[in-house]
Amino acid sequence: MPKRTDIKKILVIGSGPIVIGQAAEFDYAGSQACQSLREEGYEVILINSNPATIMTDSTIADRVYIEPINLDFAKRVIYKERPDAILGSLGGQTGLNLVVELHEDGILDEYGVEILGTDLLAINRAEDRELFRSLMQDINEPVPESTIVHTVEEAVAFCETLGYPVVVRPAYTLGGTGGGFADDEAELRDICEAGLKASPVHQCLIEQSIAGYKEIEYEVIRDANDNAIVVCSMENVDPVGVHTGDSFVVAPVQTLTDRENAMLSSASLKIIRALKICGGCNVQLALNPDSFKYYVIEVNPRVSRSSALASKATGYPIAKISAKLAVGLTLDEILNPVTKNSYACFEPTVDYVVSKFARFPFDKFPNADRHLGTQMKATGEVMSIGRTFEESFLKAIRSLEMKVDHLYKKELTELSKEELLEKIKKCDDERIFAITQWLRNGYDLETVIDVTKIDRFFLWHIQRILDLETLMNENPKDIAVLRTLKENGFSDSYIARNWDMKEFDLYNLRKENGIIPVYKKVDTCAGEFVSATPYLYSSYDQENESEVSDRKKIIVLGSGPIRIGQGVEFDYATVHCVETLRDAGYEAIIINNNPETVSTDFSISDKLYFEPLTTEDVMHVIDLEKPLGVIVQFGGQTAINLADSLVEHGVKILGTSLHSIDLAEDRHEFEAMLHKLNIPQPQGETAVTVEESLVIANKIGYPVLVRPSYVLGGRAMEIVHNDDELRVYMATAVKEISHDAPILVDKYIVGKELEIDAIADGKNVYIPGVMEHIERAGVHSGDSISVYPTQTISQQVKDTIIDYGTRIGKGFEFVGLYNIQFIVDKEDNVYVLEVNPRSSRTVPFLSKITGVAMSYIATQAILGKSIEEQGYTPGYHPEEEGRVFVKAPVFSFAKLRSVDTVLGPEMKSTGEALGSDVNLEKAFYKALVASGVSVPTHGNVLMTIDDENKQEALELAKRFANIGYGIYATKGTADMFEAEGLYVHRASKIETEDGKNVLDIIRNGRVNFVINTMSNKKNTSADGFLIRRVSAENNISCMTSLDTANALAKVLESLSFSMVSMNEMGK
Amino acid sequence: MERLLVLEDGSVYRGRSFGGDNFRIGELVFNTSMTGYQEILTDNAYCGQIVMMTYPLIGNYGINRDDYESIDPATFGLVVKDYCEQPSNWRSQESLGDFLKREDIPGIYGVDTRAITRKLRDKGNMKATLCNADADIEKVVEELKNTELMKNQVSLVSAKKVYPMPNRGKKVVVVDFGVTMSTLRDLSKCGLDMIVVGHDASVETIMSFHPDGVCLSSGPGNPCDLTSQIEVVKELMKQTVVFGIGLGYQLIALASGATVSKMGFGHHGSNIPVTEVATNKVKITHQNHGYAVDVDSLENTSLEMTYQALNDKSCEGIEHKEYPAFGIQFYPQTGDALYGKFVEMIEKGDRNNA
Repeated sequence: MPKRTDIKKILVIGSGPIVIGQAAEFDYAGSQACQSLREEGYEVILINSNPATIMTDSTIADRVYIEPINLDFAKRVIYKERPDAILGSLGGQTGLNLVVELHEDGILDEYGVEILGTDLLAINRAEDRELFRSLMQDINEPVPESTIVHTVEEAVAFCETLGYPVVVRPAYTLGGTGGGFADDEAELRDICEAGLKASPVHQCLIEQSIAGYKEIEYEVIRDANDNAIVVCSMENVDPVGVHTGDSFVVAPVQTLTDRENAMLSSASLKIIRALKICGGCNVQLALNPDSFKYYVIEVNPRVSRSSALASKATGYPIAKISAKLAVGLTLDEILNPVTKNSYACFEPTVDYVVSKFARFPFDKFPNADRHLGTQMKATGEVMSIGRTFEESFLKAIRSLEMKVDHLYKKELTELSKEELLEKIKKCDDERIFAITQWLRNGYDLETVIDVTKIDRFFLWHIQRILDLETLMNENPKDIAVLRTLKENGFSDSYIARNWDMKEFDLYNLRKENGIIPVYKKVDTCAGEFVSATPYLYSSYDQENESEVSDRKKIIVLGSGPIRIGQGVEFDYATVHCVETLRDAGYEAIIINNNPETVSTDFSISDKLYFEPLTTEDVMHVIDLEKPLGVIVQFGGQTAINLADSLVEHGVKILGTSLHSIDLAEDRHEFEAMLHKLNIPQPQGETAVTVEESLVIANKIGYPVLVRPSYVLGGRAMEIVHNDDELRVYMATAVKEISHDAPILVDKYIVGKELEIDAIADGKNVYIPGVMEHIERAGVHSGDSISVYPTQTISQQVKDTIIDYGTRIGKGFEFVGLYNIQFIVDKEDNVYVLEVNPRSSRTVPFLSKITGVAMSYIATQAILGKSIEEQGYTPGYHPEEEGRVFVKAPVFSFAKLRSVDTVLGPEMKSTGEALGSDVNLEKAFYKALVASGVSVPTHGNVLMTIDDENKQEALELAKRFANIGYGIYATKGTADMFEAEGLYVHRASKIETEDGKNVLDIIRNGRVNFVINTMSNKKNTSADGFLIRRVSAENNISCMTSLDTANALAKVLESLSFSMVSMNEMGK
Repeated sequence: MERLLVLEDGSVYRGRSFGGDNFRIGELVFNTSMTGYQEILTDNAYCGQIVMMTYPLIGNYGINRDDYESIDPATFGLVVKDYCEQPSNWRSQESLGDFLKREDIPGIYGVDTRAITRKLRDKGNMKATLCNADADIEKVVEELKNTELMKNQVSLVSAKKVYPMPNRGKKVVVVDFGVTMSTLRDLSKCGLDMIVVGHDASVETIMSFHPDGVCLSSGPGNPCDLTSQIEVVKELMKQTVVFGIGLGYQLIALASGATVSKMGFGHHGSNIPVTEVATNKVKITHQNHGYAVDVDSLENTSLEMTYQALNDKSCEGIEHKEYPAFGIQFYPQTGDALYGKFVEMIEKGDRNNA
């Protein structure tokens, strides 16, 4: 069927800020979809609040609205744009939910806006548990015994007959927020209560547990002519019970016979046909490992994280095709974009094994509950491709950047048999390592199968890896053994360590003996057709398919898995760099391992190598391609960290040199350099022993900021106030302290933080903007609300910042992007906190709001075109009047149990949202709303304030009171506020069981906001922690900085009318 | 132990051995299915061929008693990238290696199957053989070049005796050119009362059962070699309802005056899209054939093309305009509407009860 000509303008909904369960995969899906629709000649309007994405580049759609994704703002866009149709199925759960809201509002009918892709009936049938169950009954597809409940009591009553364990699934939530397994009534009550709150319709499904079943997924796609195909099958190595986003997943299915596979895939096709979806759909099924019995677990009637994975795993671009199907094209009319000589109506077949591992944030949240269940906890993932299971599996492990290069964690070797078994039973993120250690210790395999229900197939392959370890240990430096190890995915670093060699030498030994990998194509068809697309992966096989051209080429390193501190922003910069290189006539080659992102879309670069970002894997590509050089500055710390070893191998780093990187990252060189440039920094020194750190701290005076050198996102950074705290920090937060890994001890300055991103070309510097942080120093810049243009600093301070920024760019001889964090104290003294010799988190934000295409200019500079030659005048980019931009952080605290939500030097946010408007208050409002904070014009606020901050908080409380907000406060705070004449609702202590204690007040939704501050003396009070956690779990904004609260008050004031009597006015 | 795969163009691939060691010269073909090696290895349409799986991990779920397509597998060899010795599946009864050993089918693993696939894709299928690591390569290649592809596969795999598959229902004679168990099972599911006859059954023999219809099964090799069977089909079409699958379908085409040619590397896989000409709907099908009915040759016949491959536009299905005869190149799936169509035609025709 030809495409629709009755619609011209399409509104596409993005997925908003990145949170656990809804991440970069939607940037990939959304940007593909927009481009795909424009290719077909439609006018595309986009709404998405996430400034960090490629999707919100103004080149992606005809008009891009970076506005909050909610009913209010979407309606405004519809009023203004009058689209003919709306497409929500590419914006994740957020997109679908908004479509439902808009429909219920009536505006879609009123303005004649048609829903494309997944229609309302399909959304409801897939998302509403009752409708879903009845649909499954109609088409004879089995679903587990279950019931829908709206209250905890209903759930308890149901389980009295069904028995335990059961699984609780809240309706309409993403990443399974609030769900979980309950083994008894107490657990059921807990989980169900949270689940009902998390569900926007206050509805949960209580379901018979099918834990231990194999979890199998199918990505299916259907067109308007009812053609439907399976794009990819995936097998979760972790059986049902662990969220698929957290599971170790392989594609295609490995342990199913053709009959089982056919049974489940035809069920999936039946489902997508019954739902009448035009586009992609994800079907999750549970298969009994001992029979043909299966259940349909879940259907996602849209593109998803799994569809991004399936797209990268097979080469079949699901989102791109889905967008075309949404406008009426059929699969047999669309060419397969990979082969370009076969059609999209074809089930991809692969001739390799794909492994996906989740990247967890537990390195940043050591106190988090690491248990994996139905609630997704991973922030990102890596994918790897190999021609044997072992190769694929071990490549994925070393892609994780978790300081592991093999199925081996030293900590686990120290555990006793009982401890290991306990760990395996607990099912946390390290389970696969624990299982391997168990087998390595020679304990029996049956126990593992019995406890974990992981299929024997996978354990057998782990055993094969262990047998190879033995072979390795018994035959040091044996060439034939080395070849076998490499064919089975062993990393150089691991082999070298065990053979007591330097990794560098091992690499050369291999090269001398011709033990190098070849590259194979991902082509959707297992080689049956000629493929036009150079999407490649390495394997120690025989024939190399990577055709090396004689063009000038440059390799760009990506940023690997998404984690806190290194998010989609780095992918944004990478993609821009590649586009610039291509525009400039170079062959641009990407190496990356993240399946969720735009950069690993094969159409972005001239050549894509889907590989781990380690020295050996990168060097293999370099040895083959012989590029002019490698660009590392856009791939975050991942790529920067490789610079050293690449240079050791004789590789040329383009742009900022390794020397300049070291100047910025080595504490001593950095200090010396700033000293030379006469730029002040907070007093501080490096310690290589605990005693030394104490001496330094006492010399410069507490409070001090301590952190290990070479950190990312402020990992393990803390403010300490005395010797005892410092000792505790050294003992707990620091794994290693030595000359190679020193600890930095800096004076902690109370003041305002500012930040710049800048471009240098070796001679001149161009600074697109200065951003001001709302929260005072001490809160990580990534967690601060950031404002552009600056609102409170003097021109003189700004000039100083620009001056320092310029001198640093020149002095450090940067070429390309760099980022500087400043602090300004009360006397307007400006200090430099840190310099990052690379692209930063704020580059996309600043690029978009200033209109300065920073990565583009920086890449040109790297290629040798000066800032002036590019038509820019060195110096500060003039600020435009009349528009204020606010970037607010977005957290995923509700999903990470036991994580303290208090903001500090350690970064905790997973994403960001942008608000912009004509003044600060309006921009703030939008940013807060876009980041998920609801901002009602009247309501109540709960304040629990430490002594040091009480005076400041009093002023804040008065402002809340003035606009009619009720104040709840705990005893100490209430006493003080009352003494000052405020009316306060007293919240009783946590222990009080009067149903009105401080936690009850939060749980019952009596307050709209919680303001909880901690004294500068580190608060370990359990009460404060509980208040913050209960707020997070009940989706109530809890502010831990008075600066954030002040900003909120400002917004509320601007939304309210002031209530002042004539008497008060003295009239 | 080391083992070699040698191709007629002289290329040699060194791998490891598994399975039996009955080395024979056959046509090397690749199959792109990611599951289903048991069904493929036991599909008699592969008689005389060495099968190479493009999916690299083979043997994962072992071999079970239920998923055979024939009792005596006739495949000449198996080539894989990696072989799983310890299968895991609740129905598994033996490992793939043990099965191959028992059936004396030689296997090789550890070769670059993708490289070989690409070669066959570009140059077409080739004669090949497995051999021991110490074999005289020159001699082997010489032998490969001098060996003609076999022509008598059908006679090797077809039933030697007539046997019944009783049911209470319409009577159908199945002519076994290498019939798969799936076909028999699916026809049986339709309630048909079947008599299975050998490939060389005469029209008289077939019609002596007074069938309501005849199913011409799939099978190995070049249909043009089956000259007498073509004549039989010609006659059958005049007398009864005829349904052909794979080789059987090709025989209908030849019997109706169309021509059949050898394809480059054929269609061997489970993901092949075919368009139903009447509705423009696409079916994803299982296929295994190296010969195709020439689309152009249909022009001066009474045949109509009903299905066509989406990618290479080859003919995938035909229907006779005058006689109640039709056929498809692909394997219908269990419950496929095409079985229904056969039954419907039988019921409508009802020649013998008229």
